[in-house]
Amino acid sequence: MTSRAEDPPWWRNRRLLPWLVQGVAALVVAVVVAFLLSNLLINLTARGLLLSWSWLGNPAGFDISETLLPFDASLPYWRALLAGLVNTLRVVLAGLVGATVLGTLVGTASFSSNGLLKRLARIYVELIRNIPLLLQLVFWYFVVFLALPKGSAAIQLPGVVLAQSGLFLGSPELVNGVWRAPLSFTVEFGALLTGLVVYSAAFIAEVVRGGVASVARGQWEAASSLGFSSLQTLRRIVMPQALRVIVPGLNSQYISLAKNSSLAVACGYSDLYSVAETTLNQSGRAVEVVLILLGSYLVIDLLISALMNGLNGLVQLKER
Amino acid sequence: MLRRLATALPLIGALALVGCASDGGGIQSQKMAAIKSRGNLICGVDGKLPGFSFVAPDGSYSGLDVDFCKATAAALLGDPAKVTYRDLSSSERFAALGSGEVDLLSRNTTMTLSRDAPGGNALAFAPTTFYDGQAVMVPASSGIQSLKDVAGKPICVETGTSTELNLADRMRELNAAYTPLKFQSGDQTYAAYLQGRCVAVTSDRSQLAAKRTGFPNPAGHILLPDVLSKEPLNPATVNSDPAWADAVRWVVYSLIEAEEIGITAANIDAKLAEAEANKNLAQLRRFFGVEGDLGKQLGLPADFVVKAVKAVGNYGEVFERNVGTGSPLKLERGVNQQWRQGGLMYSPPFL
Repeated sequence: MTSRAEDPPWWRNRRLLPWLVQGVAALVVAVVVAFLLSNLLINLTARGLLLSWSWLGNPAGFDISETLLPFDASLPYWRALLAGLVNTLRVVLAGLVGATVLGTLVGTASFSSNGLLKRLARIYVELIRNIPLLLQLVFWYFVVFLALPKGSAAIQLPGVVLAQSGLFLGSPELVNGVWRAPLSFTVEFGALLTGLVVYSAAFIAEVVRGGVASVARGQWEAASSLGFSSLQTLRRIVMPQALRVIVPGLNSQYISLAKNSSLAVACGYSDLYSVAETTLNQSGRAVEVVLILLGSYLVIDLLISALMNGLNGLVQLKER
Repeated sequence: MLRRLATALPLIGALALVGCASDGGGIQSQKMAAIKSRGNLICGVDGKLPGFSFVAPDGSYSGLDVDFCKATAAALLGDPAKVTYRDLSSSERFAALGSGEVDLLSRNTTMTLSRDAPGGNALAFAPTTFYDGQAVMVPASSGIQSLKDVAGKPICVETGTSTELNLADRMRELNAAYTPLKFQSGDQTYAAYLQGRCVAVTSDRSQLAAKRTGFPNPAGHILLPDVLSKEPLNPATVNSDPAWADAVRWVVYSLIEAEEIGITAANIDAKLAEAEANKNLAQLRRFFGVEGDLGKQLGLPADFVVKAVKAVGNYGEVFERNVGTGSPLKLERGVNQQWRQGGLMYSPPFL
């Protein structure tokens, strides 16, 4: 008498077992997370620190030195934080553009046939990337930018004035010892931007150099035998292939730049971090302010990452 | 969070003291008994603020805050040298006092309601030893005479202090626009000011005067007359030992009273001899402990006033030596003058 092969017991069931293991693991993780969260909630409640956001509507009471959004001390905390966020985005966007241009130039210069240019590019990279950014920012601000002449001694060109207080464009005029112009950038912004661009460009140069080096030597030779100039070769033949390697590397450099912008407080620029610190001190809402800070930098970095991933999809080899 | 912790610690300290016997002859003070048996006073100070508490290269401490530690040690133990100093940061000071790590906090601490209240930091404040306030410093050559002249110009401020708020409030009152340049550390703030990026820098008057002593040209910087906030600086003990708090309070008063009635470190021996010889000088005899039991009522030796004044001098001498016009800080007495001279220094009667 032959019987139908019975299902094996559940502990030897090859289809059920993996699901069971995954399920138990998920349950354990869920329980641990729930325990941690409830513990946090209980402790925060016990100390009267339960998250509350109504304070964001209270007047901030402090001033911010330079803002793109109009701001004054009577506006609420959320406006102050927003003004700080816009200031951060402003320096990050300008920094991304500047660092990309400078980094690409330096990166390609290290392939130059000009020995001096090649050497200079290497020295630049090795010098800049081995010195902490904070020190560089302090250097740019206190040693370079604050050494600019002030008042009427400022460097004046038609429509442009470069003084210790900043760069003034349009038709700058000296009012009561202070330069004013329709368009101006403070030295704090200038020092932070310069510091971020110079620092990030050194890393981007290395990424670019790595990308260019990944393109086979034969490609250069083939192009030159077809009569391409070296600039044409770089633009038409090498770069399109190098970008596949460069873009993923750039992504993390861009993210670093955005995060490094929080060192702004070293040179007196009112970025999100600086505003948040004052807000924390005055409102006493430490947990909420830190959550806002964490969330803001996370969103900025995820946005950069998403854009770069989109770009990465464009430059990759289209296989059909 | 830290603040909450600082609030909780004195309570724990208080609980730990409950139920302990006292040997102070009717005066219930665990703290004073502990200091006497230990043989020295542990005093919490800043340690980095010239004029208030500053460590010399040989490790000795000096300053106005330090002198009140010395006076208290002299009053209680008879020797101003019997003090152990602990350098405390502003964030650790209340926890150190509450946990009993220090007996007395004499560290340019502003008295506020929440620091005094039992539901707050639960401190017991002694009388104010220095009336401070937020001030503004400008280069003497700038021609700026008052805060109004700063309008439209950049001012250097340290972030994370109440200074930012006080400055914004006052400038709004004056309806004057200004640019606050904020830095995370005091060093950066003063460096930017010295580089000329700001026409002014703001902080507590005493802080500005102390920092100025380290400038390349201290005489080239002046403090504006405007006072942006009230900052009374007081020594402090914990709420849980009122007898100890009373003792410290009256040691501070004794130096103020000594100045008012013209007793100095130099003439105290002569005055004491005079009081001992002349029974008609009743007020002076009580003050010196020649008659009456004022010292005993506090749990201090009868001659605690004599010991304290001999150790550091009267309040005026302490002020002049450490922060006054003869010191590197060059501060005027201002509101720290005796009440008879229109100031706020006023001791209740020693009766």
